[in-house]
Amino acid sequence: MPERYRLVGSKCLTCHSEFFPQRKFCPHCRRKGKIVKHDMPTEGKIFSFTEVSSGPEGFEHQTPYFMAIVELKNGVRLMSQLVDSPKGTVKIGAPVQLVFRRIAEDEHEGAIAYGYKFKVVG
Amino acid sequence: MRNVSIIGAGLTPFGERWDTSFRELVYEAATAAIADSKVEGKDIQAIYGGTMAPGRLIGQEHIGALIADQLGLNPIPSVRLEAACASGGVALRQAYLSVASGAHDIVAVGGVEKMTEVSTEEVSTALGGAGDQEWELFLGATFPAIYALMARRHMHEFGTTEEQLALCSVKNHANAVHNPFAQYRNAVSVEDVMDSGYIASPLKLLDCSPITDGAAALILCASEKAKHYTDTPVEILASAQASDTLALANRRTLTGLDATVVAAKEAFKQARLQPKDIHVAEVHDCFSIAEVMAIEDLGFYAKGKGGKAVQDGETQLNSKLSVNTSGGLKACGHPVGATGIKQAAEVTWQLQQKAGKRQVSTCDIGLTHNVGGSGATAVVHLFKRGD
Repeated sequence: MPERYRLVGSKCLTCHSEFFPQRKFCPHCRRKGKIVKHDMPTEGKIFSFTEVSSGPEGFEHQTPYFMAIVELKNGVRLMSQLVDSPKGTVKIGAPVQLVFRRIAEDEHEGAIAYGYKFKVVG
Repeated sequence: MRNVSIIGAGLTPFGERWDTSFRELVYEAATAAIADSKVEGKDIQAIYGGTMAPGRLIGQEHIGALIADQLGLNPIPSVRLEAACASGGVALRQAYLSVASGAHDIVAVGGVEKMTEVSTEEVSTALGGAGDQEWELFLGATFPAIYALMARRHMHEFGTTEEQLALCSVKNHANAVHNPFAQYRNAVSVEDVMDSGYIASPLKLLDCSPITDGAAALILCASEKAKHYTDTPVEILASAQASDTLALANRRTLTGLDATVVAAKEAFKQARLQPKDIHVAEVHDCFSIAEVMAIEDLGFYAKGKGGKAVQDGETQLNSKLSVNTSGGLKACGHPVGATGIKQAAEVTWQLQQKAGKRQVSTCDIGLTHNVGGSGATAVVHLFKRGD
């Protein structure tokens, strides 16, 4: 899972558009595009956020928690949980940085999923 | 393409129907619509049924065949459509196209969802499938959270307030008081909504549509034959649908649904009408913010002005534009697959002047707006009195 572990997205060498998650072909250039794997920036800012008070299965131990739409430095947006970010610091426009964390636990099988989250910095 | 009319509409009461099974809901709504239309079973040539998640919610697939079987309508073709919460709307569109194309003269179209057989957590997981499982739900997003992200951004960009959002729920509950099919026929105040507790800030419990059992059905007929069955057919003037990215983060904007904008423009073009021509609109208020965005994206208000319009009471019953006279998803209830058909049934009754105490006094043209997920599918239909 290089996407979920290291934020590897895609770039179109024809129109220079960047994508996350990865795309198999460029929706703008279609067959004229050339898609390659491309590392996303690890810094960005909060574009929107919410504090989830009623979490889904597998997130019981983390609730309440913040979810955000993060706008990365290249303009690509993605959804992510925010961690290690005190309540007062979570604001639209606040700078955030990529961190690697535990995402959720499967209570039945005991499997633990890992992946990206972001934290407010500065 | 030829003109198509609705000649019958039927609903089940919406709510927690513990004593009623999925197939009994289908039967209730379909027989009500057939009785309303005056057609006989043998006149119906095809069935279109919208439902989102019966496999997860009741362990049943193959719903097309189930409906035909349950209604004693074998061997006519019967198909199930799925587009998350827009399943009913896309079923209506496919049924409309089948008659408009000349393939069929009379068809039945319905929507149904049985949601109370499983726990709230299981319902939430099933509904989560309307979003992007891998890049939203897996990471901890819930549906209220996804709409909350839109609400927060709308508030940030346009100054929309939590009170304005609350007023959508207040209005929709007030309308549902007069709807005998509604799940919640009780009025609520702004204070009730504001004090109902955050689910995903800034959205609170009473900003969210409920979990509901219910079904809805319509009988469609080629307009040239509609007068054989009813004196008050309702003509479908336009049927438009659009798609967008499954995941919210990949969209152009968080403060509106481009799929709604595209579908609405196409629908108004088909009907040669403008938003100002509409008297009654059933819009997809799965969350209060969704109603504010809908009245903007459909063209009734400029982007960012929807909250103010709600606050000024312009969308109340018999005000400037009567929005969600049924009570909307919020108060009438949201049996996911049934919603798109219920919206059309409500507009049909409004245009036929059969809506009782929630009747819009001047009511010639109506609109329905049904959304799948967080806006990856949008369906818009326009209707007028056909008599």
